[in-house]
Amino acid sequence: MGTPGEGLGRCSHALIRGVPESLASGEGAGAGLPALDLAKAQREHGVLGGKLRQRLGLQLLELPPEESLPLGPLLGDTAVIQGDTALIARPWSPARRPEVDGVRQALQDLGLRIVEMGDENATLDGTDVLFTGREFFVGLSKWTNHRGAEIVADTFRDFAVSTVPVSGPCHLRSLCGMGGPRTVVAGSSDAAQKAVRAMAALTDHPYASLTLPDDAAADCLFLRPGLPGAPPFLLHRGGGDLPNSQEALQKLSDVTLVPVSCSELEKAGAGLSSLCLVLSTRPHS
Amino acid sequence: MTTEVGSASEVKKESDQLGADGTKEKPKEVAENQQNQSSDLEEEKDSQSSPSAKSQSSPRRQKRQKDPSESRGISRFIPPWLKKQKSYNLVAIKDGGDKKEPTPAVVEEQVLDKEESLPEEERQATGDAEEAAPRKQQVMNIDIEEEKPSVSSPEIQPAEEVRKEREEEKVKEIQEDKSEETAKRETKEVQTNELNVEKAVQKATKKTKSVECKVTLLDGTEYTCDLEKRAKGQVLFDKVCEHLNLLEKDYFGLSFQESPEQKNWLDPAKQIKRQLRNLPWLFTFNVKFYPPDPSQLTEDITRYFLCLQLRQDIASGRLPCSFVTHALLGSYTLQAELGDYDPEEHASHDLSDFQFAPSQTKELEEKVVELHKTHRGLSPAQADSQFLENAKRLSMYGVDLHHAKDSEGVDIKLGVCANGLLIYKDRLRINRFAWPKILKISYKRSNFYIKVRPAEQEQFESTIGFKLPNHRAAKRLWKVCVEHHTFYRLVSPEQPPKAKFLTLGSKFRYSGRTQAQTRQASTLIDRPAPHFERTSSKRASRILDGALVAVVDQSLMKDSSGPGELLAYGRGVVSTAIVQDGDGRRDIRSPTKAPHVHLIEGKAKMEEEETQLEEKNSLRVEGDNIYVRHSNLMLEDLDKAQEDILRHQASISELKRNFMESTPEPRPNEWEKRRITPLSLQMQGSSHETLNVVEEKKQAEVGKDERVITEEMNGKELSPGSGPGDIRKVEPLTQKDSASLSSESSSSSESEEEEMGLYRPRNLLPEEEEEEEEEEVEEEPSQASQVVEREAAVPEASPGRHAGASVSAVETVTQEHVVAPKIPTEKSVHEGAFKQDVSEDTEDEQHKVNGEVSHVDIDVLPQIICCSEPPVVKTEMVTISDASQRTEISTKEVPIVQTETKTITYESPQIDGGAAGDSGTLLTAQTITSDSVSTTTTTHITKTIKGGISETRIEKRIVITGDTDIDHDQALAQAIREAREQHPDMSVTRVVVHKETELDEGEE
Repeated sequence: MGTPGEGLGRCSHALIRGVPESLASGEGAGAGLPALDLAKAQREHGVLGGKLRQRLGLQLLELPPEESLPLGPLLGDTAVIQGDTALIARPWSPARRPEVDGVRQALQDLGLRIVEMGDENATLDGTDVLFTGREFFVGLSKWTNHRGAEIVADTFRDFAVSTVPVSGPCHLRSLCGMGGPRTVVAGSSDAAQKAVRAMAALTDHPYASLTLPDDAAADCLFLRPGLPGAPPFLLHRGGGDLPNSQEALQKLSDVTLVPVSCSELEKAGAGLSSLCLVLSTRPHS
Repeated sequence: MTTEVGSASEVKKESDQLGADGTKEKPKEVAENQQNQSSDLEEEKDSQSSPSAKSQSSPRRQKRQKDPSESRGISRFIPPWLKKQKSYNLVAIKDGGDKKEPTPAVVEEQVLDKEESLPEEERQATGDAEEAAPRKQQVMNIDIEEEKPSVSSPEIQPAEEVRKEREEEKVKEIQEDKSEETAKRETKEVQTNELNVEKAVQKATKKTKSVECKVTLLDGTEYTCDLEKRAKGQVLFDKVCEHLNLLEKDYFGLSFQESPEQKNWLDPAKQIKRQLRNLPWLFTFNVKFYPPDPSQLTEDITRYFLCLQLRQDIASGRLPCSFVTHALLGSYTLQAELGDYDPEEHASHDLSDFQFAPSQTKELEEKVVELHKTHRGLSPAQADSQFLENAKRLSMYGVDLHHAKDSEGVDIKLGVCANGLLIYKDRLRINRFAWPKILKISYKRSNFYIKVRPAEQEQFESTIGFKLPNHRAAKRLWKVCVEHHTFYRLVSPEQPPKAKFLTLGSKFRYSGRTQAQTRQASTLIDRPAPHFERTSSKRASRILDGALVAVVDQSLMKDSSGPGELLAYGRGVVSTAIVQDGDGRRDIRSPTKAPHVHLIEGKAKMEEEETQLEEKNSLRVEGDNIYVRHSNLMLEDLDKAQEDILRHQASISELKRNFMESTPEPRPNEWEKRRITPLSLQMQGSSHETLNVVEEKKQAEVGKDERVITEEMNGKELSPGSGPGDIRKVEPLTQKDSASLSSESSSSSESEEEEMGLYRPRNLLPEEEEEEEEEEVEEEPSQASQVVEREAAVPEASPGRHAGASVSAVETVTQEHVVAPKIPTEKSVHEGAFKQDVSEDTEDEQHKVNGEVSHVDIDVLPQIICCSEPPVVKTEMVTISDASQRTEISTKEVPIVQTETKTITYESPQIDGGAAGDSGTLLTAQTITSDSVSTTTTTHITKTIKGGISETRIEKRIVITGDTDIDHDQALAQAIREAREQHPDMSVTRVVVHKETELDEGEE
C-alpha cells in the first residue's frame, strides 16, 4: 500500500485507442454529437500518444480504432484501475458496452487482475471515478448509479469509497482531478465546486484544492512514470486549448507540467482522463 | 430468574402500565397524593437528589408514608412494619416491577427504597433509578416551587443497604418459589421468608462473596479470576491488564456478549453485576479505541495486542481488505510470529493455522509466503509495526459499524470512528459528520439523532435522525459516540451532567482517559520493554488451554467492607445496593439499583435497565446544566409524534447537500507553500504571537499527577474558574414542563424519557471554557481535534484553522491551578514574540506535543496578551488535594480559596506595536507541551507570512506551581534563559508574568 498518496499516478504503461472515422460522422453511439473535425481529432490523439510515450516515457499500447465503436477512444470510461486490479466498467450506454472487450483483453495481457461488474443493474463509467491515492470518489452522475459505485467499493476494499452527487451532464472527472497527492484540482463551475465540497465533507484526509477557471482543465492527469521517486508529471490542457487555466496550474510547484490539447475530441465528450488508461505493471514494487 | 416469572411479570407490567396511563396524573398532583405511584417516584427522586432536597422532601415523605414507623425502618433494626413493606415489595415486583405499580403497597415499597438510597451512596435504590432519576429531579424542582413541606429523615446507610439486599433476596425467593401462585399467597410467603432473610443478611454483611470471571484474551487464551461480586468494571479491567502486563490500557476495554450480534462494552465505572444482569460473567478483551497512529504507542506490547485485535478483525471480515493487503498483512504476521522465512522450517508450518482472511485460499497463502520471504531481517516488533502501518490505512480501520435506517427507511450503517460519524450505504460512504460538525448527539427510543452545525450558507442547525433496530442499539450507538468523541477529541473527559437540575436521559459520559491524556501518561512509562510471547491465537489456544490460573484478589474482597451482601448463587441475580467506597464521586458513578429493579429488568425490560443505570449517573455532580437546556429542547422534539420527528429528519440526500458546504481539514504545508486557495482555511481571530512562559511549581508533585488530577476534577464540579462555562440556568417553566411530561409518561411513556440520552460535545480545554458559555461549543472542539491530529501527523506542524482566544492565557493559568492540587502560588511568564525568518525547527525541542490549544495568528500583534486581565484578580479557587477532600467537595462543601493574581508584562521595545491591519498568512501553528517534574511548558509555534516575509513566533508558557518559597525572579530568569538557549536565533520580545497567590493559606 505504501505511503498514503504515494501510489497516486504510479504508472508504467498507457493504453489508448485510435479515433475511428465514425466518431466524426455522428453515427452509432455518437449520434447527437456535434460534428467535429476528424483530422484534427486524430491529430490531437496522436499528439497525446506521443507525449505519453516520449515525454513521460511510458510504454504505450494503442488499440486499433473500430468503426463500430465511435466512442472507443474514450476508453477511460471502460475500466477503473488501481494497483494490480482493473475493474471493468459497465458503461451506462448499452451501445458503448462492447468497448470494454478490447480493453479487458489488453489489461489482462498486461497482467492485471480483472474484476467484472457482474450486475445487470449496475452502471459505471470509469470517468466518474476519482482516485486520490488514498480513497475513491464515485460520482453519481447520469451515467453511474449507486450499484455501480458499490461495486467499486467491493473491488477496492482497502480504500474508502464515497459517493458524490454530480449535477449536470458531466462525469465527475470532467469536473475535477488530482494535481498532486494531496491536491484536488477543480473547475469553477457550480457543479464542480459542489462536487469538491461534497468530497471535502466525505473525506478523512486533508486535501488542498486548486480552482481553475475552466472545468475541462481540471481533467488533468497526475502521473509518476518510472521508478518510485521519479519526478511526477501533470498532463493538462492549460497550456494549449485552455490557456486561462495555465496560470493557476503553475501554482502546482512539485510537478512537471506537460500541456496537451484535445479541444476537438472534447466535442465528443472526451477529456484527458477518458482518452487514456494508465497503469503500472509493478504496482507494489 | 425463571422465565416463567418473567413472563408473568411482563403481563402484569403491561396491565399496570395501562392503568397508569389511565390515571395520567401530573407529577404535582401525584406528589400530593401519597398513594400514587408518581409520588413514589418523587420520593425516590428526592432521596436521590442532593441532601438539601432530601431534607426538604423527607417531611413530605413521612406524610405520605402512612406508617410513621417507616423512618425507623431505615435503621438497622427491622421493625414489624418492615415485613409489611416487604410483602408490598413482593406484590410490586410481581406486578411487573415496572415501578409503575398502581397499588398503594407498591408505593410504600418505593418509598422505602427512596429512603434507603442516600445521596451519598449515590445509588438509586429503585430499579428504575436510572429512568426515574430525571423524573425525580423534576419532581424535586416542582416541589421546591410549590414549597411543599418536605422532611428528610436521617437514615443509616448500612442498614438501608442491608435492607435492600434483603428485599432483593426476597424477591428472588418469591419468584422462584411461587411463580405460579396467587399474589396473596406469594405475599405471605414473602413475609415468612423475610425473617430468615433478614438474619441471613446480617450475617452476610460481614462476608463478601466472589464470582468467577472469565475473560477471553486477544490471543485466544482465557484468563480467569475471582471478583468480588459488587466489583466495578474497572477492577476486572485492571486485573486483566495486569495479567497482560499492559500499561497503555486506555485503548482497550472489556466487552460482553449480550446476544450473538450485540456486544456491549463493560463500563468500568459501574458494577459489573449491574451491567451483566443475568448474563454469565464472560468477557472478551478488545481494543476499544483504535489508535489512529499506532507508531505513537509507547510500548511494543501494546502494538502487539493491537495487532492481535486487527488480525481478528481481518479474519472475521470486520476489517475488509483487498487480496493484496490480506497477503501483505499476513506476511507480516508470519514474520512476527515465525521470524525469517526458512524453507525447511516453513514446510513444518501449516499455514492454515493462520487465518489471513475471512476466506483463505491457496492462492492467498502462496502470496503470503512470497511476501514473507521479502521481510527477512525484520524483528517481531518491526513486523508488527509494519503490519500496523498498513492496517491503519484501511478505510474501515477503527470504524465501529452500527446498522440503522435513515429517515426514509433505507438500510444504512453508521460508523463511529476517531474523526466522527460515517454513514455507509452498503459499502459506500455516503456521508460523513466530523466531530466538529456535530453539535449534539441524542437518542430516544430506537431513534438516534445528531444535530449538526449549519453549513456555511445556512442559518439553522439541522437534526438528523436514524432509526436503530431497537432501543438498546440506539443507546449503544449513542454511548459509543460519546466515548469516541471524548476519547479522540477532547483533551480531558467531559464532566458528567449534574444531578441538581432537571435533566432527562442518560448521564453517561466517558470517564476514562482521553487519547491526549493516555499519550501523555504513556510518555511517563519507564520500564524495560516487557517480555512477552507472540503466538497466534489459534495455536495459543491449543497450547495453553487449561493452563490458566484463577486469581483471586483478596484485597478486593476486603474492599467491600460495606454491609453484607447476599449471595444467591444459582438462584438468579441478586443485586446489591452497597456502595463500596466512601468517595462520593465514585459512588455517583456506580449507582446501585434496588433489587426489584433488577428483577424487573431481567425479566422484561432489559433495555430499560441499562438506561436506568446510566441515569443513575446523574447524581454525580452539580453545576453543569448545559445538558439540561438541551434536554429541554429535546423534550419539545420528543413530545411530538414520532412522525413529526421523522419529518424533521433530513434525508440522507439533504445531508449531503449540507455537507457540501463543509470544509476539509487544512493541511497547511501542502497548499500554503504553493499558495493554493484552500477549500476553506478558516483562520479566525487574531492571536498573539508571544512566547508565554508560565511557571508552575507543584509541591512535591510530579507532572503526572497533574494529569490525573485533571481527569478527576473533570468528574466533579469545581472551580469557579471553570464555572461560568458550565453553569446554565434552568428556567422554572421548563422544569415544570418536563415534570409534567414525566408524569404523563407514567406508564408506557414513562420509560421514554429514560430511554433517551443527550450528549452535547464540549471541549474541556481550559482556554476554551469561556467560550463555551456562549454555546459555541463546537468551535473549541475543532481546535482540540486539530491538536490531536497534529500529534498524529508529521512533526512538521500543521496550522490550526482557528485561533483560540489569545487573551486566555491568564484564565488558563487559573484554571490549571484549579486542577492542580494545592497550588498556593502561581506564576506565569509570558514571553514576548520571537521574530524570525521562516523555517525554524522547533522539533529539536524535546517537548512533546500534547493536546493544547494552538493559537493561530493571522495578525501578529505582539501586544498585550494578558493585559486584558486586570492586574490583580481575586479568584475563587477550589483546591483539591486528595481523595478525602474530594469527598467533601463532591458532597456539598466547596472549599473556597482566595487567590491573588498578578500579571506583569514585559515588552521588548523592538516590537512594533503591530499594524493591526497587517494580515499575514498562516503557515503553520504548532503546540508543544512538555511536563517536567514541577513545571509545565507549553509552546505555541506560529508561522505566518506577512507581506512576503515569513515569520515564526513562538509563544511559550511555563507554569510553575509551588508554595510561596519559590524564587519567582529566579524562575523567571531561568525561563527566559532557557528560551534564549533553545532559540538562539530568535529574540525575546515580550515576557508576561502572571502570578497567582493563594490568599487564604489557612486551609493548608
